[in-house]
Amino acid sequence: MTSTTLGAPAAQAVATPVKPRGPEAARARRKRILHWIAVHSVAIAVALLFVLPFVFVFLTSVMSDSQAMSGDLWPSSWHWENYRTVFQTDGFLIWWRNSLMYAGLGTLFTVCSAIPVAYALAKFRFRGRRTAMLLVISTMMLPPQVIVIPMYLVWAQQFHLSGSLWPLIIPMAFGDAYSIFLLRQFLLTIPKEYIESARVDGCGEFRTLLTIVVPMAKPGIAAIALFQFFYCWNDYFGPQIYAAQDPGAWTLSYGLESFKSAHMVNWNMTMAATLLVMAPVIVIFFFAQKAFVEGVTLTGVKG
Amino acid sequence: MALSLSNPARRRLRVLGFLSPWLIGFSAFFLYPLIATVYFSFMHYNQIKEPTFVGLKNWRYVFEQMPLFGPALWNTLWLVVVMVALRVVFGLSLGLLVTKLKSGVGLFRTAFYLPYLAPPVAATVAFVFLLNPGSGPVNEILGRIGISAPTWFNDPTWAKPSLVMLSLWGIGDLMVIFMAALLDVPKEQYEAADLDGAGAWAKFRYVTWPSITPIVMFAVVTGVVQTMQYYTQALVAGKIASGVSIGPGTVIQPGYPDHSTLTVPQLVYSMGFQNFNTGAACVLSLVLFAIAMAVTMLLMRKRSGLLSAED
Repeated sequence: MTSTTLGAPAAQAVATPVKPRGPEAARARRKRILHWIAVHSVAIAVALLFVLPFVFVFLTSVMSDSQAMSGDLWPSSWHWENYRTVFQTDGFLIWWRNSLMYAGLGTLFTVCSAIPVAYALAKFRFRGRRTAMLLVISTMMLPPQVIVIPMYLVWAQQFHLSGSLWPLIIPMAFGDAYSIFLLRQFLLTIPKEYIESARVDGCGEFRTLLTIVVPMAKPGIAAIALFQFFYCWNDYFGPQIYAAQDPGAWTLSYGLESFKSAHMVNWNMTMAATLLVMAPVIVIFFFAQKAFVEGVTLTGVKG
Repeated sequence: MALSLSNPARRRLRVLGFLSPWLIGFSAFFLYPLIATVYFSFMHYNQIKEPTFVGLKNWRYVFEQMPLFGPALWNTLWLVVVMVALRVVFGLSLGLLVTKLKSGVGLFRTAFYLPYLAPPVAATVAFVFLLNPGSGPVNEILGRIGISAPTWFNDPTWAKPSLVMLSLWGIGDLMVIFMAALLDVPKEQYEAADLDGAGAWAKFRYVTWPSITPIVMFAVVTGVVQTMQYYTQALVAGKIASGVSIGPGTVIQPGYPDHSTLTVPQLVYSMGFQNFNTGAACVLSLVLFAIAMAVTMLLMRKRSGLLSAED
């Protein structure tokens, strides 16, 4: 419209910015408000659907045994002691401890082993780098059920470690494909000038990694640590294979399922236990929201 | 120092050093078990007596005789198609909705994201409770407004749709990925479309869609890979809904009700760890592996960006 000639109409259009007046502007504003209301109503309705399951689970968790068997939605009296009963249930504290051990050690091992590997894949040039990356991604895509039988036989027959969580924790000291992939994507974003200047200063590769790269990669490391912690905390298949034989080695995720049968039809106790399994993950999320969302985005968008 | 850095042998050794945790892990926890799985698929082995070679017997058994292989494969493919399609559509819609919001964005985003964090076992137990026909709030509410509801996890036709609802509740990860992609679409393109008088649909079709296609593709492929492994939710839902007492040593038929929630990974577990039919379990594992690899190859081709070397 305004390219070569400064004709009268074009000049006018530039000179007098459109000032909304009259019935047309009012209609535009009404349309905007209606749009606002429509979008927000839909959002509120969907948000309710997302939040209500938590609300119903909570309300049932504080009902009395008999009320929990009825179709009532609101507790007639509040039985907070259900939570104490859950904690006093055989094994619950032990499962809690096991979950923390599995998730804590698993995360520590994963982070320590993923950092050097991801660094090499992101910043070293060497023959076979592409192949290595391809193999990492293939491992990532592999359903855990594919290799579980021979793995179980090794851990059970050679190392006699079935009935414990060690067959799940030990491999994490040898690199977890998903963490390596994610961290490598993050490390690609660190400008190589930083690393080169450290080399010029005479830093060895390992010191460069520890003093330059690791501090700069903190958000990426935080993301893989969170993901791995959640993965271990949520893992059901692993403990079912290796820990099932010994209730003393069960984790919360595995034990929770047996809770329902232990308490027969007591949905209130089961719901209290369910919330207690969800709680740590949600608390951690609120403290580390930014790192988490960044990590999720990293999986899909970057690279 | 400069001299030693340029020494190729030293450099090679350094690369190996940094990669060593993964090289060990890859060989011991991936390559070895994969080869062993192939080996056991040709063996008769009950995990007590020494394995004996039986040729293709296990393979023939799985494909020709195993009664549950058909239902398990059907259920897995059903879930792959329905669950992935609905998740992508719903995740994208929710991402669009949140990017359209003018106020309360943080609050809404958290509400939509939170269920994704619920541990799968806990979320599944919660859903079996919410949808249980006896005292579940969902059927209670539906009943009050005069809708006769199905029995969800106890009904063979509704069990899989119930699992789909559960997975749509946990859509948070996809929503965040789509939101990031939607916010990356250049603003100028929308302004240009506005000048052309494009409507909402035209803007989505000709501006938004082309720039988010790679992310949609990524969501589809990773969704397929994840759903191929679908295990925990289906197993826990079946067990809890059936009301069968469980625990070590209790062998229950997976897939309640009526094998409608039996997936291939559950069949692997059931064959390998309940029936001790190692050979058949390994054949099933390899079927799963073949499909997962085929999908991964697709991912590599469509998203060569995954392997980009940016330095």
